Amino acid sequence: MSVPANIISDQSRITPNGSGAAAILSAGIGSFAIALFAIVADKSAFVKNLFVFYKPTGALSGETTVTILLWLAAWAILEWRWRKRTVSLRRINVIAFALLGLSVLLTFPPIGDLF
Amino acid sequence: MEITIRSLWTLMHGMGFGALYLLACSGAIVALYQRYSTEPPPQNPAGRGRFLGIYLSIMAALAWLTVLTGTYIIYPWYRAAPPKDTVSLGAYPRFLLLSHPATSQWHLIGMEWKEHVAWLVPIAITAAAFIAIRYARDLKHHPQLRSALLGFTAISLFAAGIAGFFGAMLDKNAPVDGGQTIQLIKGE
Repeated sequence: MSVPANIISDQSRITPNGSGAAAILSAGIGSFAIALFAIVADKSAFVKNLFVFYKPTGALSGETTVTILLWLAAWAILEWRWRKRTVSLRRINVIAFALLGLSVLLTFPPIGDLF
Repeated sequence: MEITIRSLWTLMHGMGFGALYLLACSGAIVALYQRYSTEPPPQNPAGRGRFLGIYLSIMAALAWLTVLTGTYIIYPWYRAAPPKDTVSLGAYPRFLLLSHPATSQWHLIGMEWKEHVAWLVPIAITAAAFIAIRYARDLKHHPQLRSALLGFTAISLFAAGIAGFFGAMLDKNAPVDGGQTIQLIKGE
């Protein structure tokens, strides 16, 4: 039985999950970056000085600015690559939440100081 | 009744943007859970998908306002170094906390954790707001996006809770105070 041309199936109208996956994974990357930069700046006086973008705020200004730029860059690249695709979201969710969880743990000073 | 300009900014940062965010967060989690925990999800009128996007966008704006005021307005006052001959450290909260073993951990653990973990909040909730706007009513077809939305909101609540708790405790032990005084109500 043929389907009239003006009827579009429900499945074809579903937005691909690629854009959502890009937002999810880039948020995980951005979150992990802040923890990573905090640890590196804490260990190296040279890196800490490099991160001083605004003196009254100290290294935190650079750590957060670079994190935001990295997050937005990762988001833009992933969005560009995935926006029209349907990707394996289960794996991306696991990676993103692992990165988010790690960043909460690694920003906790007694854990961050172990490195 | 007076308030200093630094106290006013601290109030706006913590009791204004931060507390409002925490309140909004619990509301968002309940709304997301109620809307999407049943299978199949209930049919939503057109406006509800849009409402979630607007609600999460306002939360994202609150989160950004909180971290930006905290990092660039209040934190410089908190970490300012006292001049060499300073007798009272009251106007230098970081140094006041570090000057005594009973309070030093509020800075070494509390502030060190708070200043970084707080930045996870705007990142997570901006991603959540984007997903809610981009997919709106189509979210019902994407159970894993819904899980991520709920998870991001929950993690942002957890991170904001850590930042809020330590913010309150730091302010209790070494308040950021000083600057110009604003008279709210004149005494008799």
